[in-house]
Amino acid sequence: MQFRESVFIALDVIRNHKMRSFLTLLGVIIGVMSIIGMQSLIEGFQKNIRHQMEQLGASVFQVQKFPVQFGQQDREKYRNRKDLTWDHARVIEQYCTAVAQVGPEAWQWGIMAKYRDRRTGPANHLAGGVPAFFPNNGYFIEAGRALSDTDIQHNRQVAVIGQDILEKLFPYENPIGEHIIVDGRRYQVIGTLEKSGSAFGESQDNRIVIPLSTFLKFYGQNRSLNITVLAASPELMDTAIEQVIGVLRAVRKVPPGEPNDFEIFSSESLIETFDNMTRAVRIGAIVIVSFALLVAGIGIMNIMLVSIRERKREIGIRMAIGARRRDILFQFLVEAVFLSEIGGILGILAGVGIGQLVALVSPVPASIPVFTIVLGFVFCSLVGLVFGVYPAAKASGLDPIESLRYE
Amino acid sequence: MLIELQGIVKDYRLGLEIVHALNGIDIRIDQNEYVAIMGPSGSGKSTLMNLIGCLDTPTEGTYFLNGSNVSHMDDDQLAEIRNREIGFVFQNFNLLPRASALHNVELPLIYNGTPASQRRDLAEEALIKVGLKDRMGHRPNELSGGQRQRVAVARALVNKPSIILADEPTGNLDTRTGDEIMDLFEDLHDGGNTIILVTHEEYIAEHSDRIIRLRDGRVERDESN
Repeated sequence: MQFRESVFIALDVIRNHKMRSFLTLLGVIIGVMSIIGMQSLIEGFQKNIRHQMEQLGASVFQVQKFPVQFGQQDREKYRNRKDLTWDHARVIEQYCTAVAQVGPEAWQWGIMAKYRDRRTGPANHLAGGVPAFFPNNGYFIEAGRALSDTDIQHNRQVAVIGQDILEKLFPYENPIGEHIIVDGRRYQVIGTLEKSGSAFGESQDNRIVIPLSTFLKFYGQNRSLNITVLAASPELMDTAIEQVIGVLRAVRKVPPGEPNDFEIFSSESLIETFDNMTRAVRIGAIVIVSFALLVAGIGIMNIMLVSIRERKREIGIRMAIGARRRDILFQFLVEAVFLSEIGGILGILAGVGIGQLVALVSPVPASIPVFTIVLGFVFCSLVGLVFGVYPAAKASGLDPIESLRYE
Repeated sequence: MLIELQGIVKDYRLGLEIVHALNGIDIRIDQNEYVAIMGPSGSGKSTLMNLIGCLDTPTEGTYFLNGSNVSHMDDDQLAEIRNREIGFVFQNFNLLPRASALHNVELPLIYNGTPASQRRDLAEEALIKVGLKDRMGHRPNELSGGQRQRVAVARALVNKPSIILADEPTGNLDTRTGDEIMDLFEDLHDGGNTIILVTHEEYIAEHSDRIIRLRDGRVERDESN
């Protein structure tokens, strides 16, 4: 029937009770805002990670002693695993036919580098690698050269440095051939890495790569290595993974039927892990927001009941003039849904705003979660509808004679 | 015959007691009559007005309005009858406070699905008829009492109903403004409308052609004026 009339009335009521409407809608606004805001950050993260993973390449995977994510009580279980060694890497290289390059590597987190009177911050990382380190990690040489087999064989004190280090230590000079000091030891710079940006809100350019042999000599043999593996081609990825698992189980003497005592990650499995991690957060948030909207819906129901009592005369007049019960029902339903949707729209705007704001002031990226926005809007409308039914039914059931006399 | 009430009884339950508001009313009213219904309070005149106005249905008896039996209609059918056949004018105007005069007059048309373009024209026409050409955009609180009642009359007229049913239409107005409203009813009557006036003021009832006096839920006297 008179849809426009109903919208007109709804707008008029909201206009005439701005404060009351706003307070009623606060629940809806906050609920929708938090879910949209959170979702834009999670989706932004996901996009960013995908991007990083794709850079890494579809045919690289990594073997590690520890999984990416595990609880405190599991730590014991993983710690008792045998370390992964350089020998393991050599065996893989020798026996796995689907594998092109194998790069054992080790990391020292949080080091500082010096050149003359300049120094970097303390949040840089030192990697011990082999020539395969660079292609397997998606690093490209900008100037100079990468590590060579000879560097490895002779435990040379040479280093390839990332862009952050370069900017800090060599703002004016050509770094190639210069000597930097890390943990009191001198390394000759032989190359620089191309800029690779940031992931997880952390720079990827704060790296110094030295020969693995040198690294192990200075920082200790007694550690588990990460082994990066490049399959001969993307199609051979699965075969390569199977071969590596088979070889490692044999060498590490894992009895048949026992699970692997090492972990394998590919970009795909990492994305999956991240999705699993965020899924729990998302579901939790959706549950909490659902409750928030439920409470908000009760608020809307309450304000509609108050509004109907205030406008009893109006309802009587409309009935006397020819409004049928369903006309009155419809009018108040539209009003409740409309009210709720206005809250939803404000919440969506605020949520997107918060996402963008966080992205602006921090390295965390944000995206605009279209699906969640649509879902949030539909959900708001539903809340308005469900919690509008009772007040609207009550209004439409009023007696016209009594309502006309109501003061 | 426009209105035919036969043996109308209306009982109310008031707690445990049953109140007999109307005890067998027989009234016939013709097209273009000008009738006043009078009676002291408690005589049943409000109850009778609600029945004639199709806001309520009788406990017993039949009511034919414009040929159709409305005594057993359901709420929605009654709403449609009210919209089509009856134009109400109330003592306290009963306008929507936040809507303009024009929108108030448009209201009955909205509920019978008249297209928006026609609505405006019809409402303007009705407001011009009651002499409010310059006040169409005003809200009720920007109008005087007499002007408000004129808006109410325009609203009652806009659907071209069979009856204009006025309940103490001058009760909230000073004498001079009241007389103006009564002149307006006179004009409408001359224009062919049927008018039923519910009042307890003799001098208001004087304007009508026929006075029906109620007492204790019965017709005491029914005579032409």
